[in-house]
Amino acid sequence: MSTRRRVTITGMGWVTPLGTDVSGVWARLVRGENAFGPITRFNASTFATNFAAEVRGFNFEAHVPDPGKHTHAGLSTRFALAAARQAWSQAGLDAHSSLDRRRLGMYFGAGEGSLDFSNFTRSNLAGFDLATRTLNDQAWATEARQRLSAPVEIEQEPNSTLTHLAREFGVRGPAYNCMTACAASTQAVGEAYELIKRGDADTMLAGGTHSMIHPLGITGFIRLTAMSTSREDPARASRPFDKDRDGFVMGEGAGVLVLEELGHALARGATPLVEVAGFGSSADAFRITDIHPDGKGAVAAMLQACRMAGINPREPGEDGRPQVHYVSAHGTGTQENDRIETIAVKTLFGSLAPRVPFSSVKSMLGHLIQAAGAVELMTCVQAIRTGVLPPTMNLRNPDPECDLDYVPNAARDCKPQGGVRVCLSNSFGFGGQNNTICVRAFTG
Amino acid sequence: MARDVFITGIGSVSALGVGVQPLWEGMCAGRSSLGPLTLLDPSGFSSKLGGEVKNFAAKDYVPKSYRKAVKVMARDIELAVGAAKVAVDDAGLVTRSHADTPDRSPSYEASRMGCHIGAGLIAAETLELAAAQATAVSDDPADAAAGGFSLRNWGTVSTPALSPKGGMDNLPPLWMLKYLPNMLACHVTIIHGCEGPSNTITCAEASSLLSLGESRRVIERGDADVCFSGGAESKLSLMGLMRAEFTGRLAPTGEATDGGAIVRPFDPDAPGTLLAEGGGILILEAEPAARARGARAYARLSGFGAAQSPTGYLPTGPEAPEAEDQALQLAIEAALRDAGLSPGDIDAIASHALGWADHDATELRALSAVFGARLPDIEILTTAPFVGDMGAGHGAVQAAAAALAVFHQTLPARLNAGRPPARVRAGAAPTRPATLRHVLVVSASIGGQNSAAILSRIT
Repeated sequence: MSTRRRVTITGMGWVTPLGTDVSGVWARLVRGENAFGPITRFNASTFATNFAAEVRGFNFEAHVPDPGKHTHAGLSTRFALAAARQAWSQAGLDAHSSLDRRRLGMYFGAGEGSLDFSNFTRSNLAGFDLATRTLNDQAWATEARQRLSAPVEIEQEPNSTLTHLAREFGVRGPAYNCMTACAASTQAVGEAYELIKRGDADTMLAGGTHSMIHPLGITGFIRLTAMSTSREDPARASRPFDKDRDGFVMGEGAGVLVLEELGHALARGATPLVEVAGFGSSADAFRITDIHPDGKGAVAAMLQACRMAGINPREPGEDGRPQVHYVSAHGTGTQENDRIETIAVKTLFGSLAPRVPFSSVKSMLGHLIQAAGAVELMTCVQAIRTGVLPPTMNLRNPDPECDLDYVPNAARDCKPQGGVRVCLSNSFGFGGQNNTICVRAFTG
Repeated sequence: MARDVFITGIGSVSALGVGVQPLWEGMCAGRSSLGPLTLLDPSGFSSKLGGEVKNFAAKDYVPKSYRKAVKVMARDIELAVGAAKVAVDDAGLVTRSHADTPDRSPSYEASRMGCHIGAGLIAAETLELAAAQATAVSDDPADAAAGGFSLRNWGTVSTPALSPKGGMDNLPPLWMLKYLPNMLACHVTIIHGCEGPSNTITCAEASSLLSLGESRRVIERGDADVCFSGGAESKLSLMGLMRAEFTGRLAPTGEATDGGAIVRPFDPDAPGTLLAEGGGILILEAEPAARARGARAYARLSGFGAAQSPTGYLPTGPEAPEAEDQALQLAIEAALRDAGLSPGDIDAIASHALGWADHDATELRALSAVFGARLPDIEILTTAPFVGDMGAGHGAVQAAAAALAVFHQTLPARLNAGRPPARVRAGAAPTRPATLRHVLVVSASIGGQNSAAILSRIT
């Protein structure tokens, strides 16, 4: 391609534990509110982690014009549809009936659907013989066939979110779902950006959706000791970069963005919210449970995103400020992640690192797992558009190994310094998958 | 300037065997590997045959220092790890996995190696989970809906302790990591030292080809020089069989023992398909780099296209078959455009056809729309009667077979005990030489993701 195709974001929507409208949730983030409370979806009273950031009061029917098209859609697919509708409307695509659906694609990091836990468990127990500690496969099958529901099982396939989105918006272009754990939706948005640059589509719906607030999801993370067990004070349980941090708080939700080739957006009169300037993806290739101690995979992803955006992270800009004005941290609140992500940011920015604000909205929203990256990227877009940085809450006891500017405990108005023009958004996944997106203010 | 991409290594794992040789020889000999299921007792299912990978142990395909990690690999992960190892050997690549061998430094810098491996929804081992859950039963009537399972007993924070050995602590700490779909790629990147871009596509049967497309894009834009690419899945679990039964795809097998006679691509009266485990990893390499190291190349990955059906084929959705057909047609047309070819250039098609009549009919309508009156003259290559439906691994085996056909300029035998319509050349046929300049590979998921790739002869 002789002329470089530029990619903008023209719409975005989310479903989060703090609400579903973009500006309302943003206002709550800026106020430092959180959504942590007891798990209500099932009885987790004896679980080491019995709290989470649940999406409460979500009314799917209020978000889509014809919910009957999605009768059996699972919870995370419903989150995605609701978020995508908002993004679609903001992008003005409702009014754009001549959109060539063959040039409209999707790239999602949608998680698996929620297990039909009771009926699945019942089948397992029907098949299990306690005396011999063996499984009677035939007994399992008989019970499962009677108890499980075909549509519910099929809807758990991770590509079914794409199917419903296609049905809702008439998508006929390239479509992908990826599952790179906690890095998935950052990767999805990044790859969508690359697809548009290559010319395979002009418009992409991209993002992620996930709910793991179900018995086996919570069990899995408890066994990994990745979640906070601060049962006595859930509101303060997520404390990224704090010395006493003890893990993440599970969240759920969806984030969906409309990515659009600049010329396509301008030709139909759409307003670019920001420009996507770079994307980096790497693998630690180290261990399935541990992050590389130097954070070299994270550095590689961030550096590639910066390079693509034409940014030298170690050089200040013409205004004397670092060229990157904000980094949205992966910042889970686990001892290991926050320490190593800090090392990686220091390696990337060198002596400028202490001057680059670097916060974790997981301190308020919790960890939306596969949806986290898209939602956090949206907070970067909001930061650029409002000039305000969201805080890292609950940062009371500084950790000597985490000594950067985490925007502690209060949002920061950057307008006096010239606003927020360039942001990086980081997401890292179990198994060592690292993805970073760079967005910048759109200036024509 | 976009860079050409070569296929320089093939690692397939299927019921025909591990490695490229058993796959090609089995197909050329017309030998189906579909037989009685033994990994589980299928007596509770009407479909009792499938494709099992025999005599396969993942520990044989990892360096000694990594053997402990095999404990945290679900079968799907083991298959991918095995496929990756045989692909590396087939390509003559040196990777981190050879670190024990002196004087062998890796062929590529770690940062120039990528990995895209498609995966399915991995089912937890039923026995392991059931045994743990059985420690948390109660006789509280409130727990009857879950067969007596008590979430209170499952949790471990209670005073006094309900049962010292009860609850979730009976699952190993890393339990969840056995089943995360990205662990196929993660173990492969760790074993072989790939620090470049990696991804895990989860679009059911379309996953492998979509992964090939992703690797190609990454190499083309210069972000990697070599990629592990493909997919793997095991459908041979209780949950795998049950989910497949729910989709309506499983063939009842009665007393039959020869699965190859049951899977009948494009036969309108086909009884359904048979499940399998397996998949493949292809080594994709940038042409200049492959040439520089003197690599043998099977074929050029010359075109790729993808498209989504606006309806999908969820059993609960509105039916609009014409749109369904068009999605695969659009994917094929995109791949042709991408390769700078026209339908007249395609000499053979590696078909997705699983022997699932409705879906095969959809594929046939798409092929007819693209190739029109010429379709009956185009050779069809089918893998399902040989190796079954291996979910996210399926497309990789189709692509592997297509690459081998291009390389050997030979079409492997076609098994088909049914009667496909005359407008598609899919009936039984022996192995025969053929001039194959460009072979189209197609795949589709019931979620509506469609993809097409074109493999071209290297001259």
